[in-house]
Amino acid sequence: MRYILFEFKEGLLIAFRALRANKVRTSLTMLGIFIGITVVVLMSTAIKGIDNSFQDGISALGSDVLYVDKWAWFSNEDWWRLRNRRSIDMADYEKFKELARLPLAIAPVINARQTVKFGERRVESVFLNGSNADYVKTTNFTFDQGRFYNEVESNASRQVAVIGSEVATKLFPRGDALDKTIKIGGANFKIVGVLSEQGSFILGPFNPDNQVFIPIGTIFKNFVARHRGTITINVRAPSPAMVEETKAEAEGVMRKVRGLKHDEENDFSINQQEGLMENYNSVVGVIQIAGLFITGLSLFVGAIGIMNIMFVSVRERTKEIGIRKAIGAKRRTILTQFLLESSAICLLGGIAGLVAAILGSMALNQYFPTSIQPQAAIIAIGVSALTGILSGFAPAFTAAKLDPVDSLRYE
Amino acid sequence: MNIINIEHIAKIYQVGLEEVQALRDVSLRIDKNEYVAIMGPSGSGKSTLMNMLGCLDTPTRGKYEFNGVNVSEMTDNDLARIRNKEIGFVFQTFNLLPRSDALHNVELPLIYAGIPYGERRERAKKALVDVGLADRIDHKPNELSGGQRQRVAVARALVTSPSIILADEPTGNLDSKTGEEIMQLFNELHEKGNTIILVTHEEYIAEHAARIIRLKDGLVEKDEAVTKRQIPKSSSAVAP
Repeated sequence: MRYILFEFKEGLLIAFRALRANKVRTSLTMLGIFIGITVVVLMSTAIKGIDNSFQDGISALGSDVLYVDKWAWFSNEDWWRLRNRRSIDMADYEKFKELARLPLAIAPVINARQTVKFGERRVESVFLNGSNADYVKTTNFTFDQGRFYNEVESNASRQVAVIGSEVATKLFPRGDALDKTIKIGGANFKIVGVLSEQGSFILGPFNPDNQVFIPIGTIFKNFVARHRGTITINVRAPSPAMVEETKAEAEGVMRKVRGLKHDEENDFSINQQEGLMENYNSVVGVIQIAGLFITGLSLFVGAIGIMNIMFVSVRERTKEIGIRKAIGAKRRTILTQFLLESSAICLLGGIAGLVAAILGSMALNQYFPTSIQPQAAIIAIGVSALTGILSGFAPAFTAAKLDPVDSLRYE
Repeated sequence: MNIINIEHIAKIYQVGLEEVQALRDVSLRIDKNEYVAIMGPSGSGKSTLMNMLGCLDTPTRGKYEFNGVNVSEMTDNDLARIRNKEIGFVFQTFNLLPRSDALHNVELPLIYAGIPYGERRERAKKALVDVGLADRIDHKPNELSGGQRQRVAVARALVTSPSIILADEPTGNLDSKTGEEIMQLFNELHEKGNTIILVTHEEYIAEHAARIIRLKDGLVEKDEAVTKRQIPKSSSAVAP
């Protein structure tokens, strides 16, 4: 055992000497693995980052919230049939609210888009969320300043607003949004609350950070005619475990509200975050595999490069191998030496690639969510070492089997 | 007491469809502390014989006993071990590792012998001092003259205290003065008790030895003591 360690250590020293002796070739060879590892790790941190971000965003939607709507988020149905469905209006909402027993909270939601201004600053095409005081109970919102608008304000359709953190930052960079009056569309609204960052890069305009929340009455008054829009009824189940039950009840209630006979199909859809999640997972799954495959290819090309160079190196050092054998190096000593050389190249290239990928991730993080995982590091190192051993094996074996007499004669 | 006992060895190569008999039937014995030169023209088989003696290759037929052990049928690994511990090679073209310094070149056989760092550095240093290169220990081969390189090679050959020193045209790439210094070195090694086998095609060099074995066409033609040995001009090139 001690002898194996000795041989390993000495082999490593001799291998490093050989690499140092030919720095240019060593660096160029390393480049292949370096690029391969950098790309693979960067890709996996980016994918994980987006994945985390999306998961956060979807959680923000609430796994226990149902969205009763005319439209279906995912459906095999004809878009035309969906379009022809009767809109859902406030009367439907009121009736639903009366009949449904299970939900923790029920709120009507209608959307619009307007430009929001304060003084010189403006944010274009902001997503307006019009609802009532119950809306906040269907979310997990946390507040940086102030509060959600209350029942009194909502019933009276007062022009008050709660703004998301991104909107607040853009209009009030110094953070003094509370109690100020902003212009939504042409109308004045007083800010009664500012949300803290809910965080989800992926949801874009659907991200609460980019939204403004106002009483539904003010939407009807200023932006959308009552009969033109369709309302979504947000329904919050008492707990995620009760979602299915709540959904079943909601369907029954809604059918009654809409006056459907028992042989008629639903003229509404009940959407859930779960559908989003499934859809997302399958898409991400494909992207992940495709991404890994492509970047894995670059690693493979790097490995081939290493094998090629090692063969050249062995051929070039035929005389040296002959000398070593003449002095008493056994076959396995030569094998070990060259195997260690290729492994060292790959390991060094891999570590350098890992460092570059980590730096790259941090730089990329400004534009793009990235998430560095320790598993990625371990896998990167492991893959590098393995590549070194596998791609170096054939050349090392060739070197070990050289005949000392012929090798010494090689010019 | 003989170190080398060769009985009727032959070496036959297949070159395409033809058979080449490099050695046909060679027998000889070499005792401890002998100083032998092996001579012959091109094609006489002297290189092949040297490869046999140095355990770089095994004979097709016949028996080779080295220090009483039959090496003619040994495995590659066992031969490597013998080369490492018992045989010190000195080549015409020096054959040093070009990108390592003298010390590393000399310690290499000790690394392969499994000697730990401290001890082998000491032994390598001593070997270099013994050949007169105390102040060149950290020089690379390209920073040394031809004669100095050959000395490094001799130090390397000596560092494992081998049974024999096998030199193949050791002065072939040196000028006559430097060559003379190297022959002086061999002389001193012989006087210290080493067994030296020289392979050469130069009469003058061969006559430094005490015995000359002449080969021709794969056979021993003559094997006789040298009557008038060449004594190299004494120089202070080597440490006492």
